[in-house]
Parts: sequence; structure tokens; C-alpha cells
Amino acid sequence: MADLSINFAGIKSPNPFWLASAPPTNTGYQVMKAFDAGWGGAVWKTLAVPVINTSSRYGSVNYKDKRMVGFNNIELISDRPVADNLREIEEVKKRFTDSAVIASLMFQTREEWHRIVRDVENAGADGIELNFGCPHGMCERGMGSAVGQEPKVLQTIVEWVMEVAKIPVIVKLTPNITDITQPAIAAKAGGANAISLINTIQSLVGVDIDNFVPYPIVDGKSTNGGYCGPAVKPVALNMVKNCAQIPGFNLPISGIGGIETWRDAVEFMLLGSGSVQIATAVMHYGFGIIRELTSGLNNYLDEKGFASVNEIVGKAVPNVTSWENLNLKYEVKAEIHEEKCIECQLCYTACEDGAHQAIGLREGSRIPYIIKENCVGCNLCSLVCPSEGCITMERVDDGSQHLTWKQMTAAGDIPTDFNDPRAGGLLHHANPTEQAFVTKRPLHYEAKV
Amino acid sequence: MAEYKTPATEADFEANFAQIKPLMNANEAYYESGRCLFCYDAPCVNACPTSIDIPLFIRQINSGNASGAAKTIYDSNYFGNACGKVCPTEVLCEGACVYTNQGVKAIEIGRLQNFATDKVLKTGKPLYKTLPKNGKKVAIIGAGPAGISCACELSFSGYNATVFEAKSLPSGLTVHGVAPYKITNEEVLAEMDFLQKQFGFEIKYNSKIETAEDLQKLETEFDAVFIGVGLGKTASLQMPGENLENCLGAVEFIEQLRLNHAEIKVGEKVIVLGGGNTAMDAASESARMGAEEVVLAYRRDQTEMGAYAFEYELAKHAGVKGIFNVQPLEILGTDKVAGVKFIRTETLNGKISTIPGSEFILPCDMVIKATGQEKQRNLLHQISGLELASNGTIKINEATFQTTKPKYFAGGDAANGGMEVVNAANEGKRAAKGIHQFLTEKR
Repeated sequence: MADLSINFAGIKSPNPFWLASAPPTNTGYQVMKAFDAGWGGAVWKTLAVPVINTSSRYGSVNYKDKRMVGFNNIELISDRPVADNLREIEEVKKRFTDSAVIASLMFQTREEWHRIVRDVENAGADGIELNFGCPHGMCERGMGSAVGQEPKVLQTIVEWVMEVAKIPVIVKLTPNITDITQPAIAAKAGGANAISLINTIQSLVGVDIDNFVPYPIVDGKSTNGGYCGPAVKPVALNMVKNCAQIPGFNLPISGIGGIETWRDAVEFMLLGSGSVQIATAVMHYGFGIIRELTSGLNNYLDEKGFASVNEIVGKAVPNVTSWENLNLKYEVKAEIHEEKCIECQLCYTACEDGAHQAIGLREGSRIPYIIKENCVGCNLCSLVCPSEGCITMERVDDGSQHLTWKQMTAAGDIPTDFNDPRAGGLLHHANPTEQAFVTKRPLHYEAKV
Repeated sequence: MAEYKTPATEADFEANFAQIKPLMNANEAYYESGRCLFCYDAPCVNACPTSIDIPLFIRQINSGNASGAAKTIYDSNYFGNACGKVCPTEVLCEGACVYTNQGVKAIEIGRLQNFATDKVLKTGKPLYKTLPKNGKKVAIIGAGPAGISCACELSFSGYNATVFEAKSLPSGLTVHGVAPYKITNEEVLAEMDFLQKQFGFEIKYNSKIETAEDLQKLETEFDAVFIGVGLGKTASLQMPGENLENCLGAVEFIEQLRLNHAEIKVGEKVIVLGGGNTAMDAASESARMGAEEVVLAYRRDQTEMGAYAFEYELAKHAGVKGIFNVQPLEILGTDKVAGVKFIRTETLNGKISTIPGSEFILPCDMVIKATGQEKQRNLLHQISGLELASNGTIKINEATFQTTKPKYFAGGDAANGGMEVVNAANEGKRAAKGIHQFLTEKR
């Protein structure tokens, strides 16, 4: 059994799975249920100046039979009195000494920040998270992402907090910015102990096409919300990686964005997250998913021979580089393993219409074949193939050569015009345009009436 | 005790004959349609005799465009709703679904099809604008799947189509000959009503075309004639005892079951003779009507049965017991059926021979013959110049469905010898195109 416990910037928790600051951490009742179920920590729903929440608040992106692959909200921060939240934090910490409680905060003046930092420390919180991320509602009032988008303002507020804070302070960043590293660096400059990202992405989740109003609808109108759920994971992973690669940064990162399974969590950890935060998946499936998360992570660490979570944090970071450092001599081509083919021909149509016309069909067989000379090794066929392991990408170069764009540039050996033989495109196959009109059409091409 | 009790009430009957492909609800349709892979040159389309663009209509259902899905279906097959329910989808579209190559359950195409067509049947949404009338008239003999499909296509193309039907209901075997657990009368008739409203053809009921004068009249009044008369009554076995009370033909038995089931009283012990799909239906239906014991007797080996495997499974599930390699010699009894005398057979190199001395008697109080139907020779012989094949089916040009008598076209069971509803629907529609070609090229 691997050691799942972590010490994140001084915040200790029995496992790296924390509830993100969101509706699941709105009350002591919920947080206690979560800790009882096995969650390692909880970032309390943001305590702040008085707000009013609207009805309705959430919108969803469904993909075929899958609900909530993307999720959007226009909910503001906690609309419960700060005093109630503080009292409940205290109650939770009395009962659950090992689980981490992190208070998420969003205030305006230096005095307010000082007062609330002391209050949550007195309530027994293990850490503080500064909400500089909320991209709707609160930013209109100069808080949330309005702060996260202004590194100088962000740094100033962090400095105010650090003037009084005795417990670790995490700064939560907004992804609604061109360069995520700027606010990350500002957070460090302000003295923060860690960062967490991403907060939600500004979004309109869809439109009611009968009434011409985007979702969610509040009395016939809508407003932009914050996007989260499985769909945002790739955006979050990239931003976590960007922060992990800031030279000399060294602040712990709490990864957030679309995490639902242990596998998602491991990916975040490999790209530099020391803890992970989860909300949408809990809003979808409840606190019970923690059983799958801990068991999956444990199993992974054991199978890979890692003794603790810390050993995998950032392990994939050195393998993310800029495009100019990729080996241009590396070459893969698709291979179809016919025994696994289910004959749907999705690879054929994807390559034919959406890639390089490198898959052909034979008379009398529904199993497609790869036209090796046309294949550029793009992966598309293997991605659309519904049969696991049926199409694999196999290396065809001998591995002896390594040449990057950077090296070519340094050697003054890059193509200079479109007819330059060193440009890759000249070697690609292209069908003559007159062959676009197929003579033998499948049945569904034929007009019916 | 048998699997089923004799139905005493309408509710009992409906329970015993519960639909094996019930209508999907919106949730089922949403989740099931989401599974479709949208294959290229999809095998399901190629497996469908009417080439319905199945991946397209499934995608339309999934994106919330059920009436668009229904139009996709009706564009290819005017019996879209009926075929969703009565087609042997297990061996056609669903049997071809690529998921089955992976050991994954095939998409329930038939039920999805019904989900879409049911929507437009219920709303009556107009899907077609027929072309202006061209003044030409076509007579259609028989309001079965072939005849009605032919009428739809011709009406759509601007012809005046008049259907002459011997019986009082449209759709032929769909309402008279399909097992009640496959489709209800209401469902069949709703689709016929929908088609008539969409295309505006006329059906003359109780108007049997049987005499030379009838035919002469059609030839004079109409520019072309389509023969979609299907097959006739159950063929005689030419053996003693066939005329005894309680010895009946499967087609006649099923027709009564469909139209007047309250009048049917099955015996305690029923023997069904035959190994085709109709035999499976008749056996399964007898069991569902409360027969204590139903024996399916087939003269060849089980593997040689013409019935689809899933149809035999369905019959077995209803409590039917199959006995094989037994040939009936005589139906026994004084005025009522009392049993069947069989002789055992064996199959050698595809030929069956009886085994001398192996005769035995199986007592029963009802015999249903599901051993094939007669051809409509009486009518067909009256059309001079109309050639029939040696098996009694009408000879046609396979591309145009024109018979050897130029003004006459034919499709459905009368021409193909007896196939599925979907085949007849396809042939009727294609024959309409042949008729259109014939009438426009004439001058």
C-alpha cells in the first residue's frame, strides 16, 4: 500500500483529493459527510461580502448519452453568513482533525482581508485559498477574476493577506488570461505559499433555440458563466504544466479542472500538481467517487512501484517541450490489426475526408487497409476507431536520426519558400482533384425520392 | 399447466400477446441512438431491402429531429413503421450491425425506427408534397405492402392510383397474417391511414378482381395495372383427414386470430405441421391462446427449417416442443381431429426418405397446417399473355417489374413467391418507378 498522504505547502491531508471550493463545500454538513466518506481535504465555498444568488444557475453540455461533460455556473460565492461558515469550520475541525479544511476567501479592502484571515485561523482552518478566479458576477464588482487578470493588483492583495496570515496561503488563478504564468509569478512575489488552478472558464454553455436565450435562464435573460467539468481538463492540464515550468518557481500547485477519476488525478500530478481539487464530478455523482479515486491511485502507485504520491508529482513535466524541440525525423504510420476490426470504416472516412487519403477499401472486404506511402502518422484513424487496440501507430524510422526545427534554424537549414525541397509538404501525397467525384457511391449517397 | 392461460378477457389476450418490440420511450431512444457509430457505407443500410439510411435517421433521432428521421425512413420504405416492428431485423439491419463483430449488442434499429415513425403517425405531420396530377391512371390489385407502396409512389409522382382490395382492410398480411405480438392492428391501420392522407390514393374495399370482365374493365379504364395479390389460402397436403373439424391452415388461423381472436378456441393439444416462419408463428400463437401442449412437427432435420433461428427460439420460449424428421401420413379422427399418423424420416445427402415400419400416432385435438400457400392461379390464368414461372410466380423484369404482358406490372409475394413485408414494400415502390418509366416512354 502506497502512502497517499501529502504535505502540501504545510497543509497535511490523508490523501491528495480535496473538494474544490464549490457547492459541495457550502456547509459543515456536507464537508463532514465528505470527510466521513474519505476525502482528504475541502476548500470551503468562498466566504465573502454579502451576495445574492440567482435561480437558475447551472447549465450543461451533454454529449450523446453522456450528461455534463461540460458544466457551467453563474452562481456567486457563498450566500450564507460568514459567522455561520466560521462556526461550521470550527465544528468540522473538532471532529475531523486529520482532514484539511482550507477557507476560500474573497474580500475587497485590506482591513476586510486582515479580519477574515484572522477569523478563519481562529476557526481552525488549515489553510487559506484566495479566490482570484471567479469569472462571472464578482468580477463585475472588481473581485474574483478581475483580480486574477491584473498581476499587480493580485500581488498587492496577496501581500495584504501575508501581512497577517500564519497558515499556508494558496492563490487560486483564473484561466481567463493570455499568459497564466504572469499571475502565478505575481502570487509568488506577493509571498503566497502555493497556487491552485484553474478556476472556471468564461462561457456560454448553450442556447435555448426555442426562446433565443442562452442557458442558464434567469427570467428570460442569461449571462456568461464559468465552465468546468471533464471538457476543461485539457485546458487545465496545459496551464498547470505552464506554471510547473516557470523557472525557479517551486511553489506547490493544486490542480483543478475536470478531474473525475484517479486517472485524471494522476495526469494532473504528473504535470506538477501536489494535490487535486474536484467539484463537478461530486456534483454529478456525490462524495462516493472518493472510493474509486483512492483505490485507483493506490493501485497505480503500487503497480508502478512508487511509495508515495510525492514521487510522481511533476514526473511528466520534463517531457513537455516546445514544438521546435520535437524530433522531425521521428516517424510513425498506422497499422490496422484486422482481427480487432469491426468493419465500421470510420477510419476510412475520417482519413479520406478529414486527413490524408491514406486508407483504402478493397473490393469484397469491409476491412480497410493503410496506404503506407500516403500516411503521415497523424493518429486520426486510431483516435476514431471504436475498437480498442485495432489501429496502432508503429514507428517506422530506425531511430538513428534526431533533427529539430531549432537545430535546423541554428544551422540555417530551414525552408525559405514554398518550393523549397526541405519543406515537408512537397513530399506529401495529394490526389488529383478530378478524382474527388467517386464513381461507386455507397447506398446512402443515392437520392431516395 | 402450460406457459399461458387461455385468455378470458381482452387484457389477458394483450398480456399473452405482449409486443416483443414495444415502443421506445424518449429516454430509451436517446440513449440507444447515442450508441450508433455512424459507419461509413453502413452494413445495416446494405442489409435493408429498402436501403433505409439508418445511420442518418438514428443521428436525426439523437439530435432531436424525429420527424426528419421519419422522413428519412419513409423516403425509402412506405411501410416504415410496420417494418420496424415486423421485419426480421435480427437477420437484416441489426444482424449486420458492426457492434456484433465486437460482441456488443447491436443497435435496436427496428425500435428506433418505430420511435421516429410513431411520432409522425401520431401528429400526422405532412412529409410529402405530391407532384401535380398528370392525368394518368393506374389500377392496383391488392392493398398489401406491395400494392400500397406502389400506390404511394405513383401518387407522389402525380398518378391517380386506385387500389382494389378483396378484403375490408388494407395492408394485406401486415394486418391479416403477422403474429399479434409483432404488431397491433391499430398500429398497422394508423400507418395506412397516414399514407392515404399523405398521398391521397383511393382504396376500393371488398372489391375482388376475379373475372375476365373485371380485368377487361381495368385494362380499359387504366393506363397500367399492378398485380400485388400475394398468395392464396393454405395449400392442401393431399392426405386423408384434411377436411376434419379442427384441421385448419395457418394463414386462416392467424387471420382469425388477428381480426376476431375471441372466436378462436385452440385445442388442448395442438400439432403444427411445418418448419417455416409461419409454422413458428402458428405454434407460438396456439401456446399463447392457452393450448396445454403444442408440438411443432417438421419432416426434415431441425437445421433444415426455413424459419429463422430466433423465431424458433420465440416459439420454444412460449412452450412449443419441436419434433423433427417426422412426415404426416394421415390426419385421424371421425368428424373431429383426434391425432396425426406420422412416419419417421431421415435425410441423406439432402434427400429425405421415410423409414419403413416407423409409423406412429400422436394424439391431438387440433392440427394447423403451415406447409405453404397456394398461388393465385385462378386470377393470373385469366390474364392472357401473362407468363408464370414453373412454381406459379409471375415472371417479371427484375429492373422494371414489368410482366410479360406490357401493361401489367407485379411485385410482392405473387412475384417473389413469398418473402417479408419489407421485400414487398420495396418491390411495390420500385414497380411504381417501372410503371412511370413505361408510361412516360410510351410515346
